[in-house]
Amino acid sequence: MLEVALRHRFGPAGFALEAAFATPPQGVTALFGPSGCGKSTILAAVAGLLRPQAGRIALDGTLLLDTATRLFLPPERRRCGMVFQDARLFPHLGVERNLRYGERRAPQDATGPGFEEVVALLGLGPLMGRRVVQLSGGERQRVALGRALLSRPRLLLMDEPLAALDAERRQEVLPFLARLRDVAGLPILYVTHALEEVDALADALVLLEGGRVLAAGPVEELTARTDLPLARRRDAGVLLGCQVAETGQDGLTRLSFPGGALLTTLPPGPPGTKLRLRLRARDIAVALAEPRDISTRNVLKARIAAIQPAPAPQEVFLDLAIGPSHLLACVTRDSVARLGLRPGLELWALVKAVTFEHRVASGEPPAASAAMG
Amino acid sequence: MVSIGLSPEEWQAVRLSLEVAARAVLVNLLPAIAAAWVLARCRFPGRLLLDAALHLPLVVPPVVVGWALLLLFGVRGPIGAPLQEWFGIRLVFSTAGASLATAVMNFPLIVRAVRLGLEAVDPGLEAAARTLGAGPLDRFLTVTLPLMSPGILAGAVTAFAAGLGEFGAVITFASNIPGETQTLPLAIYAATQTPGGEATAARLALVSFALAICGLVLAELIAGRMHRWLGRA
Repeated sequence: MLEVALRHRFGPAGFALEAAFATPPQGVTALFGPSGCGKSTILAAVAGLLRPQAGRIALDGTLLLDTATRLFLPPERRRCGMVFQDARLFPHLGVERNLRYGERRAPQDATGPGFEEVVALLGLGPLMGRRVVQLSGGERQRVALGRALLSRPRLLLMDEPLAALDAERRQEVLPFLARLRDVAGLPILYVTHALEEVDALADALVLLEGGRVLAAGPVEELTARTDLPLARRRDAGVLLGCQVAETGQDGLTRLSFPGGALLTTLPPGPPGTKLRLRLRARDIAVALAEPRDISTRNVLKARIAAIQPAPAPQEVFLDLAIGPSHLLACVTRDSVARLGLRPGLELWALVKAVTFEHRVASGEPPAASAAMG
Repeated sequence: MVSIGLSPEEWQAVRLSLEVAARAVLVNLLPAIAAAWVLARCRFPGRLLLDAALHLPLVVPPVVVGWALLLLFGVRGPIGAPLQEWFGIRLVFSTAGASLATAVMNFPLIVRAVRLGLEAVDPGLEAAARTLGAGPLDRFLTVTLPLMSPGILAGAVTAFAAGLGEFGAVITFASNIPGETQTLPLAIYAATQTPGGEATAARLALVSFALAICGLVLAELIAGRMHRWLGRA
């Protein structure tokens, strides 16, 4: 577990950061927020590349920084592997020697995936004889991931690792990131301003704005809240963890989630694959009676848990409880009045099977990841 | 070279020039890297003063540098006397002295080039090395030094080429002794002062011209190749 509490001000009238949060012992914690919210500063402080004016950082109980006792562990002794936006591979060394750089400096007793394993995991085999200048942006970033992982870190820090890549390259690297997350068994602190990456990778979320933590917690929980900046986005909606149940004769895939199931046209992989769907609030309609003669394939029995204001004055969010799961639906105030919607009311939530964008399946099927680890 | 028909004495001047210039570069390398590091990376009061002081040999008349060396390293000088007494090393009027004078004159040239090379090193790469567990010396040897090597090489070659032609400081500190301290420019000077020495002066001038051109072209070639090696534009 990583515990962070920082206070830092750039210049007398400059940007002030005051943030505190803790991450779960494993999985990806995304630091999410607009440019200039302080997320990269936090990452640099955890890595030891920035010395904050005040603060305390502890990783699994080991103090990395404590300004109260003037403790400052230099970056080379923190064992925090870092992946930078611009890869930062050593241009005078080939791909293999870049990968070995951290490995050779890792403590003897450190454990972690071996060289061959990392090469296979990140598909680096074909790059092995190359020089850094001959690599594409996506390839560089994969080598940088491997290099950080091979230094046997106790924590991986990623500073917008996909931000410098174009959309196509991002899609090329993202699955490798997801695999790394499932195999590495490490906490990963992931800085991004792309919601797409949060959806695909993050287990926990720390929402930042203007140098402060707005909210922190499991992604699914935060996406269900309507009082955060997340709800102001056009693609606002709950991120729902699902598991592939089966792919039917009709080509539709049945995804089960706690409290129900969804049919989708996504091709998400073999049964057991875990993935997350963003159910955009504007894609969900409600009906008081079970609709018939309708093309919508997902008609879910739900109960209105709450009605919350939406960013647009004529709209509201319906917080719909389906078993233990929650969905957000965005409807007009007019509909609320016309249908007499109120908390506690039972109704039907309508979600079209074709509404889901194809997002990267966030994880390998359990069998495959077990073999990898 | 043989076709231009240098006499044994003239060859000796050429060889001596090459030797003096090479020794001057070798002596300079480590201090120049240290000085470049201090100037480029350290922030302390008096840094500008140090910067100016290191550049003095570029602007002060070479004769003054030679004379200052005489005062310091002469047989009665505050450094020259103990050197002579304890180690039996005499710098004035010797090949080593010519190398020292050349080195002092060239020092700013090498520092400048090394510093440019160092400033071209992306500090982000050193930060990356830190997060991978590399301590200060490790980081310097495996990342910074190789990445600044184009600057070091360019500095060494330029200083070598310039060192072949160092005149004022050498003649003041080491004098003009054939076979000991008479390098190319000193030999040319001596020839022009000798009746009938024009042919010798012309031949040696041609040689020094050719050496200088070779040195500069070599420096450019090496720099270009190393920059491509490092993937820089």
